[in-house]
Amino acid sequence: MSTPLSGPGSATQAPGREPAGSRPPRSRPSRTRDDAPISLTGLAGKVLLLGLTAGVAVWAAFPLIAAGMWPGLALLAACTAGLFYLYLTRRHIPAKYLVPGTLFLIAFQVFPVLYTASTAFTNFGDGHRGSKDDAIVAIGSSSVTQVPGSAEYALSIATKGDPATGALVFLVTDPGTGAVSVGDTDGLRRLDPADVTVATGGRVTAADGYTVLTVGQASSRSKEITDLVVPTPGGAVRSSGLSRAYEGKAVRAYDAGCDCVRDAETGQTWTADAEAGAFVAADGERLAQGWKVNVGLTNFTRVLTDENISGPFLSSLIWNFAFAIGSTGGTFLLGMLIALVLHSPRMRGTNFYRVLLVLPYAMPSFAMLLAWRDMFNADFGLINSLFGVNVDWFGQAWTARFAVILVQLWLGYPYMFLVATGALQAIPRELTEATSVDGASPWQSFRAVTLPLLLVALSPLLISSFAFNFNNFNAIYLTTEGAPFPADNPANGATDLLITYTYRLAFGGQGAQFGFAAAISLFIFAIVAVVSAVSFRRTRQQEEVYA
Amino acid sequence: MRRNRWFAQVGWRHLVAVLGVLFSLFPIVFVLSAALNPLGTLSTTELVPTGGVSLGNFGGLFERTAFGRWFLNSLLIAGVASFASVFLSALAAYAFSRMRFRGRRVGLLSLLLIQMFPQFLAIVAIYLIFGTITDLWPSIGFNTPWGLLLLYLGGALGVNTWLMKGFFDTLPRELDESATMDGASHAQVFFRIMLPLVAPILAVAGLLAFIGTINEFLMANVFLTSTDSKTLAVGMYGLLEGNERNNNFGIFAAGTLLTAIPTVLVFQFLQRYIVSGLTSGAVKG
Repeated sequence: MSTPLSGPGSATQAPGREPAGSRPPRSRPSRTRDDAPISLTGLAGKVLLLGLTAGVAVWAAFPLIAAGMWPGLALLAACTAGLFYLYLTRRHIPAKYLVPGTLFLIAFQVFPVLYTASTAFTNFGDGHRGSKDDAIVAIGSSSVTQVPGSAEYALSIATKGDPATGALVFLVTDPGTGAVSVGDTDGLRRLDPADVTVATGGRVTAADGYTVLTVGQASSRSKEITDLVVPTPGGAVRSSGLSRAYEGKAVRAYDAGCDCVRDAETGQTWTADAEAGAFVAADGERLAQGWKVNVGLTNFTRVLTDENISGPFLSSLIWNFAFAIGSTGGTFLLGMLIALVLHSPRMRGTNFYRVLLVLPYAMPSFAMLLAWRDMFNADFGLINSLFGVNVDWFGQAWTARFAVILVQLWLGYPYMFLVATGALQAIPRELTEATSVDGASPWQSFRAVTLPLLLVALSPLLISSFAFNFNNFNAIYLTTEGAPFPADNPANGATDLLITYTYRLAFGGQGAQFGFAAAISLFIFAIVAVVSAVSFRRTRQQEEVYA
Repeated sequence: MRRNRWFAQVGWRHLVAVLGVLFSLFPIVFVLSAALNPLGTLSTTELVPTGGVSLGNFGGLFERTAFGRWFLNSLLIAGVASFASVFLSALAAYAFSRMRFRGRRVGLLSLLLIQMFPQFLAIVAIYLIFGTITDLWPSIGFNTPWGLLLLYLGGALGVNTWLMKGFFDTLPRELDESATMDGASHAQVFFRIMLPLVAPILAVAGLLAFIGTINEFLMANVFLTSTDSKTLAVGMYGLLEGNERNNNFGIFAAGTLLTAIPTVLVFQFLQRYIVSGLTSGAVKG
């Protein structure tokens, strides 16, 4: 990135790249770009960085080739070639400085945001993850049942990773031949008899490269074991208890003629509904496995029209504003108060106070949030024992809301105190002295002189603090986790911000709803963007842009 | 009489300041007391340790958890991310502050817009994208510091560029113009003249980015699930999960204090820069 090139003012610049006419043209140095000095360190740095770029590109190319992802490879090649061109040419000087950060910005922020936006128009989530074909396969293999004459196997559960978390595989032994196979969601593979130890009864007790789970370990993961389906050509292998498996036949199969799924035993059919991305029976019953489709604006209108969602959403929104305003305003008021108190020529020991006052800002906030959570603990928390009360702080809506704002006040006011101190010191003392000579009371001089000047200096910080607190995920997730929840709505609690609500929709225990969560993200974005745009306009922060 | 006047002019200020200090300090004292509590549980911890003092929790922290590993992970991620993000945004801010080019205004305005869309709002998309990345390049995927690092760098421009541009705008243009007249290239102007002049402020921006990254929990929690890859925020959150919440409080408090030591030291050292840096950057920005 250290490219020794001619200065930005050389005479042969490309058209359209002249400095804007904000200042009168001056006589320029008459050197052309060809005589520009090329320093040795600059050249060495350039060669090193471009070499590194080439190395990274080659390293990244191999997996793309192996996976056959040609568009990705083309993009990689184009980016690398573009970088080489940019830093070897003498033109496009601003781009040399802008491109490094912009590449990261596009890859890890702009692209995810656009992806979010496109997800918001789909029903993407648990049960609607893949294509229709994926759904048909999943329906078939999950409907596998044991029929008379099914092959039976002795079963051991094993994993290649940690017994508590690693991906599970089945080690099945054919009782007739004694052959051992390993099965996962991709299918069955025969194992070399030399690599496995088989006990009498046929169960595998050890296999090279696998850890066989003990009965205790297996039973603690029995749900996963029941759900594991190993597809085979004629159906699938499923477990029956923890020590036996069977190869059953798929009862439900897709019938292209009626575009429906038919149950071979009951004869019931579920017809494909292309708008909902699911197979729906005549009585409205849906199969759990659907596919991803475009649902248009449904996710957005649900927020406004579905009564189960719109009510809690609206109260969350109001609380979200109250939280952001309360946290920002509270920290500002307290911080400014203490800054004013310490801002007196007769005050001694201000440095001592300052060091102690800003300690909360320097403490790791995630850990202090967790510590505060336990200080509010109803049974043996510090707050209750210190004040001799017995309040279930996070159990009631209003005490919980009070508690999280108090915690934010503690975390945030030292910052406001610091910047208010800085701004106060920048206000000339002559101004306040002049008002007192003119007979103004301290309060009048504060209202008329100090406060307006403080607000001018700090309003951009207040706006960004508001935007930060509006999405202050940690403040809620690390303390109340949104609690208390109303009895009829486990998805949206009294202290939930929109961002914690979104997070629960996407990663919570009740099944991921990525599409809906993405729609809420866009709502949050729109709100923050409008609030910031309006307030930035008022503080005229954009002036510099037009310079 | 003199006493009353003293109180009216100065004394009440001390009173308010002392109250403020008490409010600031009591949770920290509580954490300190929990860390020194020999029993190490939440239920036995009081504001002031009464049941004796021991350093057992600090030993337990390193024996029972991978705290040392988490600490190194956090230092690595936060250190590299803050340094690189400050550097990247300084580059961009230099271009925006000193050069005039097509798309400058659009670029600045779109940065302002992007800044309003915090990266973690796209967490669902990021999760899905990094699922693919993990399949292709496991060494920059989930459970690696490098993947998280790349992600943090993606947010770098949006957060810092405007602030930095404000700093650069405060430097008189005559400085780099005269250097250009003397034959310096644009890179030499940037590295030899501009960077040294804004270095203290870059240090502060870096420190703030460092603190922000250490405290980042949402994305790290989605990203890092294996014990050895966790950062302090994710690992210590895990300490207080489930049934162990009461029993682990002592070692958790010990970990909090150890995490705080570097930031508190650097912070006290840089305090005056923070005051002047934040306000000047924000006002000009």
